[in-house]
Amino acid sequence: MMTKPYLHVIAGYGKTQYFLALFILLIPICEGCRDSKNQPVSVIGSTSIQPFAELLAEEYQKNELVSFVDVQGGGSTAGIQALADGISDIGMCSRELTEEEKNHFTPIEIARDGLAVVVHKSNPVNNLTLQQIQMLFSGRIQNWKELGGQNMPVRLIMREEGSGTREAFINLVMKKNLVSRKALVQESNGAVKELVRYDPAAVGYMSLGLVGTELKSLAVEGVNPSAEQVSLGRYQLSRPFLFVLKTDTEPRPEARKFIDYVLSDQGQKILESEGLVRFK
Amino acid sequence: MKKDRLIHAALTVIALSAISGLALITIFVFKEGLPIILRIGVKNFFFSGQWYPREGKFGILSMIVGSLAVTAGAIIIGGVFGLGCAVVLTQFAPRRLVVVLKPAIELLAGIPSVVYGFIGVVVLVPIIRQYLGGPGLSILTASIVLGIMILPTVTSISVDVIRSVPRSYREGSIALGATGWQTTYMVILKAARSGIVAAFILGMGRAIGETMAVIMVAGNALEMPHSILDPVRTLTSNIALEMGYAAGDHRQALFATGVTLFVMIMVLNTIALTMSRRSAGKGG
Repeated sequence: MMTKPYLHVIAGYGKTQYFLALFILLIPICEGCRDSKNQPVSVIGSTSIQPFAELLAEEYQKNELVSFVDVQGGGSTAGIQALADGISDIGMCSRELTEEEKNHFTPIEIARDGLAVVVHKSNPVNNLTLQQIQMLFSGRIQNWKELGGQNMPVRLIMREEGSGTREAFINLVMKKNLVSRKALVQESNGAVKELVRYDPAAVGYMSLGLVGTELKSLAVEGVNPSAEQVSLGRYQLSRPFLFVLKTDTEPRPEARKFIDYVLSDQGQKILESEGLVRFK
Repeated sequence: MKKDRLIHAALTVIALSAISGLALITIFVFKEGLPIILRIGVKNFFFSGQWYPREGKFGILSMIVGSLAVTAGAIIIGGVFGLGCAVVLTQFAPRRLVVVLKPAIELLAGIPSVVYGFIGVVVLVPIIRQYLGGPGLSILTASIVLGIMILPTVTSISVDVIRSVPRSYREGSIALGATGWQTTYMVILKAARSGIVAAFILGMGRAIGETMAVIMVAGNALEMPHSILDPVRTLTSNIALEMGYAAGDHRQALFATGVTLFVMIMVLNTIALTMSRRSAGKGG
């Protein structure tokens, strides 16, 4: 309503003024789109969970034509930040919540995921102990020959700070050891995959469900990484996939409905068929 | 008259809001970033390569070196090719070719940087890894990608500068019996020298500030580089990689990284402005 009188004044003038009119009009329009009721359920966070959440959202929307689900990446920590800022309805987090975070947020485990240590297909190394992986990534083992591989310098590939995959890897493997400064840092599972796929000397880690057939994943402490071994608790590098909600505010019913779908037998079957382990 | 005043006022408000935006950003970045530099000490911040945010160590030396190395590489590659293009476009190419070439080079500026980065990762990285060694993600790769990215900036400014050299210089030189190349090299380029330097510096400003493409092809390792085949992390990549996660001191340290970048770019731009003013003053 406020814009009407302006429009009258401006409409009398030439072309230039249309820009002004547009400029002024844009403000209320943007205000308006914010509180529309059919806003999609926004799910933001871990890039490891993202592809699975997208798949779930797609299937969900096929059945429920009413509400839309909008999935975005950004990283586990960024996802929780977005939730705290009220930008998203559900956060995705691919690591345990920290003590600090537990005060404000409630985790819902939607599945478990293995963390696969991946190398190039031509790499003859098959099995590593946790300690060997730790020595690799802290830079104490610098050549594949020390692990029975070819005479090649090791190329470490880490994820960026704030990535749930990185946090999980540090908690499970590195503990208090510092990561070698020589490690390359990549921003997504996809980028890690792209590098390891073509570099015979590379070693990285990623979500087990995303390894695919182009990479070789190593056995850890003699246990081959597979969804089955993760669910049996034998494969040691496993982590939860979490949907995170604010503790003090009730989620919108649309968001709750999507979570119910993900936890339903149907949703869990989709996750299972993608190589994840269902929640208990 | 009333209409005139209205437009005048509206445009003034718009212009001022753009400038106040800049002022606000400057104040904000410095307010967030400066305290931590002072707290942990200039020496520990600028002259230490230890970046371990969890341990409270914020040394950005290796990233400063990284940014400078990548930018220098970009300016060597972008400068040589850009200036070459400019010389050909203004001195040697037939008009019909210029009509096609110049817009084509300018079109390069319109390609999103993530596309450059992607092509770098898919095409350039494997070639460098295979034929030159190292991880492929390196100073060299980033320099090549950035060199191509700044090509339009360097070329179009150089073209303008060379075109602004008075015609009489050229005619005089030819009349003295100099060949086309001698004229170009000894007269035109010399007259346009300071403008060309300004073009290089503006290209440098673009290269040093580029983020997305660099994250994708530079490897982002924290180790101090020893050769151009080593991976590096630049100041911009550091901010973009860690901003989503950072809180407290770490966040402030990233703002301080921004302050460093800000000052570097300011210095470059000031040099470029002074250079181009000087060249304008000389009449070519």
